[in-house]
Amino acid sequence: MTTVTDDGAASAALEEFLNRPPSLGQRVQSVLHRQPALSPAIVLVLSFIGFSLTSSRFYQLENISLILQQVAVVGTLAAGQTLIILTAGIDLSIGALMVLASLVMATLAYQDGVPGVLALLIGAAVAIAGQFVNGLLVTRIKLPPFIVTLGMLSVFTAIGLIYAQGQTIQLNPGAFLLWTGNTFSIGSLNLSYGVVLMIVVYAVLTYALRSTAWGRHLYAVGDDAEAARLAGIRVSRVLLSAYVVAGIAVAVAAWVLVGRVGGGDPNSGLNANLESITAVVIGGTSLFGGRGVLIGSLIGALIVQVFDNGLALAGLDPNYQVLAVGILVIAAVSVDQWIRSVKA
Amino acid sequence: MTTPTPILEARGLVKLYGRVVALDSVDLALYPGEILAVIGDNGAGKSTLIKALSGAIAPDRGQILVDGEEVRFRTPQDAREAGIETVYQVLAVAPALDIASNLFLGREIRRKGLLGSVLRMLDTREMRRESEEQIKSLGISTLQNIGQAVETLSGGQRQSVAVARAAAFGSKVVILDEPTAALGVRETGQVLKLIRRLRDTGMAIILVSHDMPHVFELADRIHVQRLGARAAVITPKTHTMEDAVAIMTGARRVAST
Repeated sequence: MTTVTDDGAASAALEEFLNRPPSLGQRVQSVLHRQPALSPAIVLVLSFIGFSLTSSRFYQLENISLILQQVAVVGTLAAGQTLIILTAGIDLSIGALMVLASLVMATLAYQDGVPGVLALLIGAAVAIAGQFVNGLLVTRIKLPPFIVTLGMLSVFTAIGLIYAQGQTIQLNPGAFLLWTGNTFSIGSLNLSYGVVLMIVVYAVLTYALRSTAWGRHLYAVGDDAEAARLAGIRVSRVLLSAYVVAGIAVAVAAWVLVGRVGGGDPNSGLNANLESITAVVIGGTSLFGGRGVLIGSLIGALIVQVFDNGLALAGLDPNYQVLAVGILVIAAVSVDQWIRSVKA
Repeated sequence: MTTPTPILEARGLVKLYGRVVALDSVDLALYPGEILAVIGDNGAGKSTLIKALSGAIAPDRGQILVDGEEVRFRTPQDAREAGIETVYQVLAVAPALDIASNLFLGREIRRKGLLGSVLRMLDTREMRRESEEQIKSLGISTLQNIGQAVETLSGGQRQSVAVARAAAFGSKVVILDEPTAALGVRETGQVLKLIRRLRDTGMAIILVSHDMPHVFELADRIHVQRLGARAAVITPKTHTMEDAVAIMTGARRVAST
């Protein structure tokens, strides 16, 4: 039975082979594995340098301010989307729910004369309740998140259109709900409060994911739900909480959206569902769950916005942005597949 | 009474699945500091017995006693709280999390003071320190970097993490359900070594295994299941592997002890 109990049975040659130094490829793979946001960060820096070379207006602080203001809605939404993708789910309804919540906020404040703060809270409650329903369908009826949110995409869109009767609501300037669209300046940098809210959402959720047991459990459930269950984690509860917390991000995004469009517009944020997923995927979060960092999603959203803005300033056909984003998504998922195959 | 109280005892466990009798009035006794192996052919009721002891299923009839006190497990969490940890055949670790996070998964330590109670901040440093101690005390020399992601470990190392995890939390009993079934020879060796070391720390262990040589190498006593019932309890000193197989398959009957 020496072969069973003796660890030292391997020959010296085998030991040497097992302990050989890693190749360059393996080292790159290992670094990317530990830092999932590194590759999108490199892409962001490179594209920033590239567009700065093509247009001298690109790198001006005024333009950077514009990019940040434009990214605030999708960026905030992508934070919520990241939580759900980390659990190995996906949320196709997140943008539609944001639009619905923004319509509720604007309509209540404008037509029904509800105080702005109360309208905001009711709209936020709608966003959180919507995600709670998604979470219940996923955890109690055990439906795949893709199917649940595909159905809820239609449900939320329809409720929004019926509720607003297809009308656009323009809030009076100075209305409380428009605060997120107000700007302030730090030197030449001109930011909206929506950008600040987005940064707060990222800071709070990054803390929760990195430094609390809830965050660990979210990663563990997304990684391997069965292993998490055997480890004594209440998987359903963690999943449901991910949807509810994502609902809070949706609520904030809805408020930022109201500030950007100046009220409620049923035709705003039409592409927000897919844009939020795109940001998360480009940001290095794995669609298979359990892997990724929140800040990557913000970087991913910024990359999309930088391409949009940079191509326009360079006077190129904006359709190249669509092309570039498509290629980036494929590249990001390919890198993820490669990283997932990492070994010691 | 001259015999000590069993640390874990089952009396008359019955479990039916429809008309199939999975457990037919099974008794089991585990004493402090011993390794009790549970063997039996497929369908003999090994897994059902283990599931009942670890809280994964509730028996239809019968009692489970921990330290002589009757307990009732509704969930695996209940069993865990009573000091019974289970290591499963499947490698039940979270691959992307590091070793320390896995050891503390589901019972993380929070920072003291407001950081912990209000902000719910984890005490990563303390968890790493305790993990390192735990790994060292079990002599798992192959796990060197406590911050290493578990997916970069071999199967044997992962199972070592699972065993260390089970042993870490002041538990009285560790149930190992086919802990080496998914492993290669070399890795099996690592885990067997670890089991022995665990026993040396005074832990009572139930080991379910198909592998007769391992069972006879490790076990103090062997509980043989056959057709849902306990066929015999033997020891490696008084019986041979052939005897055990004969009892398991029904070729020989033994007066119940």
